[in-house]
Amino acid sequence: MLGLILLLTALAIWVDSSQRITITNPINSQTLVDRNVATRLGLDLQGGLQVLLEADLPANTAIDAEAIAVARTIIENRTNALGVSENVIQVAGDRRIVGDFPGLEDSEAVLAILQRTGLLEFVDMGTSPVEEGTIIQTDYGQTSTAPSGTSTLESTTPGVTPAEASPTPSASGTPEATATPAAEAPTIYHTVVTGASLKTVTVVRDSTTGAYEISTVLKTDSAQLFSDFTGSHVNQYMALVLDKEVISVLIIKNQIPDGQGVIQGKFTSESANALAIQLRYGSLPVPLKIVETRIVGPTLGEDSLQKSLIAGVAGMIIVILFMSLYYRLPGIVADISILFYAAIAFAIFKYFHFTLTLPGIAGFMLSTGAALDANILVFERLKEELRSGRTLAQSVEQGWKRAWPSIRDSNIAALITSAILFWFGSTFGATIVKGFSLTLAIGVIVSLFTAIFVTRNLLALVLQWFKPKNYSRWFGI
Amino acid sequence: MNILKKRYIFFALSLLIIIPGLIILGVKAAQKNLPLSIDFTGGSLLEVQFEAGSVPQPADVLALYENFGTRDAQVQTTESGSILIRSAFMDEPTRDQVITAMKDQFGGEVTILRFDSVGPSIGKQVTSRAAIAVGIAALAILIYITLAFRRVEHAFRLGLCAIIAMLHDVAIVFSLVAFGSLLFGWEIDALFLTALLTVIGFSMQDKIVVFDRIRENSNVLRRLEFEKMVNHSIVQTLQRSINTQLMTVEFLLLALALFGGVTLREFAVVLLVGLLSGTYSSIFIASPILVVWENREWRTWFHRPERSGA
Repeated sequence: MLGLILLLTALAIWVDSSQRITITNPINSQTLVDRNVATRLGLDLQGGLQVLLEADLPANTAIDAEAIAVARTIIENRTNALGVSENVIQVAGDRRIVGDFPGLEDSEAVLAILQRTGLLEFVDMGTSPVEEGTIIQTDYGQTSTAPSGTSTLESTTPGVTPAEASPTPSASGTPEATATPAAEAPTIYHTVVTGASLKTVTVVRDSTTGAYEISTVLKTDSAQLFSDFTGSHVNQYMALVLDKEVISVLIIKNQIPDGQGVIQGKFTSESANALAIQLRYGSLPVPLKIVETRIVGPTLGEDSLQKSLIAGVAGMIIVILFMSLYYRLPGIVADISILFYAAIAFAIFKYFHFTLTLPGIAGFMLSTGAALDANILVFERLKEELRSGRTLAQSVEQGWKRAWPSIRDSNIAALITSAILFWFGSTFGATIVKGFSLTLAIGVIVSLFTAIFVTRNLLALVLQWFKPKNYSRWFGI
Repeated sequence: MNILKKRYIFFALSLLIIIPGLIILGVKAAQKNLPLSIDFTGGSLLEVQFEAGSVPQPADVLALYENFGTRDAQVQTTESGSILIRSAFMDEPTRDQVITAMKDQFGGEVTILRFDSVGPSIGKQVTSRAAIAVGIAALAILIYITLAFRRVEHAFRLGLCAIIAMLHDVAIVFSLVAFGSLLFGWEIDALFLTALLTVIGFSMQDKIVVFDRIRENSNVLRRLEFEKMVNHSIVQTLQRSINTQLMTVEFLLLALALFGGVTLREFAVVLLVGLLSGTYSSIFIASPILVVWENREWRTWFHRPERSGA
């Protein structure tokens, strides 16, 4: 038992003090755990931006859960492209999405990106493709109507479409980035079709090679256009362009007569799905509007963080002193178990990437109170039993037994409250309430665990090693 | 120590704190002037820091806001030399324009410390859903206490007394905010909501600990009169109540002393008073009500002044 406690403590301290943990299996040197455990600070402690987006539809319209989930993914992809780390984009309830961008200074860039329309184009690259990630100019939308056929293509409908190139490579594949268009005059590329003409996009696996592919079907009116285009551009390049940014470059291997194309490349299941989503929903499936913005300047955040750290450490020291002075020997045991509790809880927060916020700290503080209360309850009972003349061993046993129901019931009540508040916080996007209830719940569970395993066993152990003759001295009766 | 003997004095004391606060809130509500922050009403809050020595006059800032068509602006200067501007909902582009205009007009660098902008529909929903969540939580706890204490007579009564005492704590906290808004311009914001939730959580835990002793003693001390048994239970748990309170509150006192910002100070004071009330009400409200109920004392409230009991 002592071994287990020591092991857990060591693990917790390791996680607490690391930015990243890796565990390798010594036998086959396989990586078992590789996880970033850097502390995540909320906006209020670090500064940053929080945006609440809401479906811009009448309040009584039911919104497809999948549509919201897809919108979330798209927003995540878009904002990740900004290179800001630690963005957290979450669905909140059935019609909202919350985006947290801690440490962000330039709120305008994010807000601009969130409000982007998400236009997907299939662009003629001719024989010299550009690198993925390049921002290009296209002729779509520049002339009043849609895409006009350059070469052979006749533009049928305005909303023409693209299709697929059955081309191979894409992803990281083939064509090495070739010529970037001469810097002087930016090339204006021709848009063959836009995402509006895609009928279906599915991820399939090639039955023989097992490779992931994306199969696409065009709407009828665009199929002809696409057929003509691909027919005249075999072995040339075509790019998928989302909001003027090249996301994938394809080679046209042969003509695609019926609008049914396949995109091949070195896809993993994930990357194929990600691309499929971009193709399917280049534009957001649900129109979103920004209903709430919060910006905390870095100075204010840093100030709050510093003050709460000082308060936390100073508070801890006072508690430790009080417990050991008032309860003497058991107080010292309690101090050890409180430190254990804090180490474990903090390690859990880090491992599961909880974002620490001021409300979160309040929740943690409340559960620290609960952890202390459990110890105090046991010790007060212990003293009562000692005073009534029982032996030390009996008193420890009785004190624990009698205090347990109140520890259990009060903590279960706290768990019930936090569960309900968590539900409220997450369906509603009230991140404040969510952060509070989550840390409270984790803290309460850890404190119950600490009370049962650490305080109790440690106390028994200490009394075994060291048999005090004079109770009143050691127990402060 | 006979705590229960003076129970009506404790009730009166609590009412003395609660009622004036609620009257203030009532009057404010009638004037449609409840101290609610933009978290609940919708709107914008901008806190900016100017270069030392160049804090503009509030009137100039108001004029600037009006130029951009943002209504209901109120300007407040903080101790640290920044200014807080509350106004109707303002979008991102307008904010940029305002900041640019501030730089031009007042000279020097302008740093945004904080900018919150909440659409009006969101705020209302937060308020009503928060109330619903607390209501459901209270109901769930009532059910849990009734089940956990089912071996005790009138378990449901225990649950209800715990809820009443918890509501007492909520009322105390609201009363405090009412005074705070009157004296220091405090506002009910999202952080206040967190403080309130903490108080509720703590209060319920504390009540259960005291009631657990009553549960235990009601078996052991079967012969004792109910009132004496409850009093005995309170006294037995008193040391624990004080120590736990000290522990938890000490943390907060420190936070209070160290946190400088206006917003956090309000948060800390609300927590401090609320947690104190949580412990107080377990001893001086929840348990006495239990006794009042057991004795059905309301029958004598309007007849005879003297009370039965020890």
